[in-house]
Amino acid sequence: MAGNAWRSTVSRVMGAIKTQSPQPRTFSRGIQTVTLIPGDGIGPEISTAVMKIFEAAKAPIQWEEKNVTAIKGPGGRWMIPPEAKESMDKHKIGLKGPLKTPIAAGHPSMNLLLRKTFDLYANVRPCVSIEGYKTPYTDVDLVTIRENTEGEYSGIEHVIVDGVVQSIKLITEDASRRIAEYAFEYARNNQRTSVTAVHKANIMRMSDGLFLRKCREVAENFKDVKFTEMYLDTVCLNMVQDPSQFDVLVMPNLYGDILSDLCAGLIGGLGVTPSGNIGANGVAIFESVHGTAPDIAGKDLANPTALLLSAVMMLRHMGLHGYAKKIETACFDTIRDKKVLTKDLGGNSKCSEFTADICRRVQDMD
Amino acid sequence: MSIAARSAFFHFSTRLQPWTGLKSTANNLKSPAVCCQRKKSSYTPPPAKYGGRHTVTLIPGDGIGPELLNHVRELFRFCCVPVDFEIVRVDSSASSEDDINNAVTAIKRNGVALKGNIETNHNLPPSHKSKNKLLRTSLDLYANVMHCQSLPGVPTRHKDIDVVIIRENTEGEYSSLEHENVPGVVESLKIITRVNSLRIAEYAFNLAREKGRRKVTAVHKANIMKLGDGLFLQCCKEVAAGYPDITFDNMIVDNTTMQLVSKPQQFDVMVMPNLYGNIVSNVCAGLVGGPGLVPGVNYGKDYAVFETATRNTGKSIANKNIANPTATLLASCLMLDHLKLHAYARMIRKAVLKTLSETQLHTADLGGQGTTSEVLHSIMQEIQRGGPRTTEQI
Repeated sequence: MAGNAWRSTVSRVMGAIKTQSPQPRTFSRGIQTVTLIPGDGIGPEISTAVMKIFEAAKAPIQWEEKNVTAIKGPGGRWMIPPEAKESMDKHKIGLKGPLKTPIAAGHPSMNLLLRKTFDLYANVRPCVSIEGYKTPYTDVDLVTIRENTEGEYSGIEHVIVDGVVQSIKLITEDASRRIAEYAFEYARNNQRTSVTAVHKANIMRMSDGLFLRKCREVAENFKDVKFTEMYLDTVCLNMVQDPSQFDVLVMPNLYGDILSDLCAGLIGGLGVTPSGNIGANGVAIFESVHGTAPDIAGKDLANPTALLLSAVMMLRHMGLHGYAKKIETACFDTIRDKKVLTKDLGGNSKCSEFTADICRRVQDMD
Repeated sequence: MSIAARSAFFHFSTRLQPWTGLKSTANNLKSPAVCCQRKKSSYTPPPAKYGGRHTVTLIPGDGIGPELLNHVRELFRFCCVPVDFEIVRVDSSASSEDDINNAVTAIKRNGVALKGNIETNHNLPPSHKSKNKLLRTSLDLYANVMHCQSLPGVPTRHKDIDVVIIRENTEGEYSSLEHENVPGVVESLKIITRVNSLRIAEYAFNLAREKGRRKVTAVHKANIMKLGDGLFLQCCKEVAAGYPDITFDNMIVDNTTMQLVSKPQQFDVMVMPNLYGNIVSNVCAGLVGGPGLVPGVNYGKDYAVFETATRNTGKSIANKNIANPTATLLASCLMLDHLKLHAYARMIRKAVLKTLSETQLHTADLGGQGTTSEVLHSIMQEIQRGGPRTTEQI
């Protein structure tokens, strides 16, 4: 117990001393605790599946389950429960299942709340074609890095006069520099060769121009990574014709939202796409981006691939590359084999059967 | 319906253009009547003035624009199309807006234009506005229409795509209203107005009805931009109520792009604000074979400007004789249809599509080895094979 407390103190201090750029950590000794947010709908069952697979792989991860239903804090502001916040701040790494946003609950979306609480400024989505899950695109291997705090999603809108609405897109120097730095760091740490800034500076000269300038400035410090700029429409055009030409893409909020979903569509949809959110102070929350699928909740039909691949991303972020490779290979092998696929992947099996198959493969690998 | 016949129906209800040209009473037997008519349902192009020939403004633009538009002129000369081009050059590097204003005046005079894309150097300060955008807003070309169809003979991953994309062309994110109140913090305004949203929705439904389309999908992001895109969606719903024969649904833009790359056949007519239109039209153009194949039109109440749908300058392939002329040629066919020169439009379109699908002469962007001039030559041969034109045909 004391040992754990000491370790988490050390990691907290290390986190504070560390520079803004999140480097892959090496927790080669000791068990790392990760905050797990199962979520709603199919969330609990896919979280259980992931935990089972990690157990089979003997990964040095301990899970601490927390609930993040919004509560009204002092002062009337909506916030996530303090225990959840404490747990995340302590462990720094989180894995989250799908959360539902009730329509008339009065509080903003849970994802938005989490983003604001932990200042999750970068949304990272690696999109790699899954062998065995056929889509018209077979050679996708790119990463979209999206600025997650400002841009078009600032939420600042006004009705000027009746019938005229203005929405404000906010671009700041700090946020742009921060996301550009993260993108280049990510490229360097993951052996990616180029970073492309996606923008529309021909039309939005000042805002996207600022974003572009910051990217260029940061590129100066990362001469080992190739930097290119491309218009958003050109990227879209080329992406659907030949996605293999892209490597790491960095962009403001709205373009990132659309492009990351476009890329998810190329590899097979949100059911197989991992996603990670990186925050300031070393916090990182990995999540599955699909919905809660209330119609199949509790029926053992869900596909845990998205959450599993996000968990694999988490392992890589933590530096546990060996375990990451093992689990990822097992997952891809199961899908390639096509014997125990869940319904959305074209098969007929249950979630538990799919999970069991992956567990078996992981154990066989040892 | 064959592609040619379908494209022949490709003209839309706009009001008659008020006749602002020179009044040469001897030649303009029709003009007094034309001036007084303000029929809403059918558009009559400006009556061809001198010797039955139309004058069209031609803006060469930059990159591949000048060479491809030269090919269009060559082809028109070869086919004896009764169209004269008034060439207006716009210098993209000049900071003054005189040349673009001249272009606008020319288009107001002629009513119709064919243009290449004018390059915008985004490294220049914001005082240098995008000239293409200036053209669109000065002429109030509020609807950008692009018809994306899978063309036979073009290898693509998806088949049987047939989508019409209608994009609001004047406001939205392209309002260019930006300011820096605090150093390091830039605000860019996206404007959505009820008037323009109703206008574009009305246009979309009208077009769907005219072309016999069954469904209109509004693309938006109203879950995040509740007031802005919410207003757009609201306007679309209001207009939809007046067209009970057409199904209306809506989709969030990120889901739309995901659906487009997996199942594009589910879409029929799509209507959306400016930026999403840019994204969706480029995705669709990529799906059917690339920027070299799809023509686009910008319609206003009184003017029409024809260009390629994805508005690329193509700087890297300029003057190398490798650009694909299909999009520009199909745009010129749309223009001929607009001018009611349907026989010429049919003839040229048939030849272009035949070269693409049967002769399979493809340029580099489609994975072939043909040069632009070879493609043009093949098209001209095809036209010649069609035999001499008789008066009944024209």
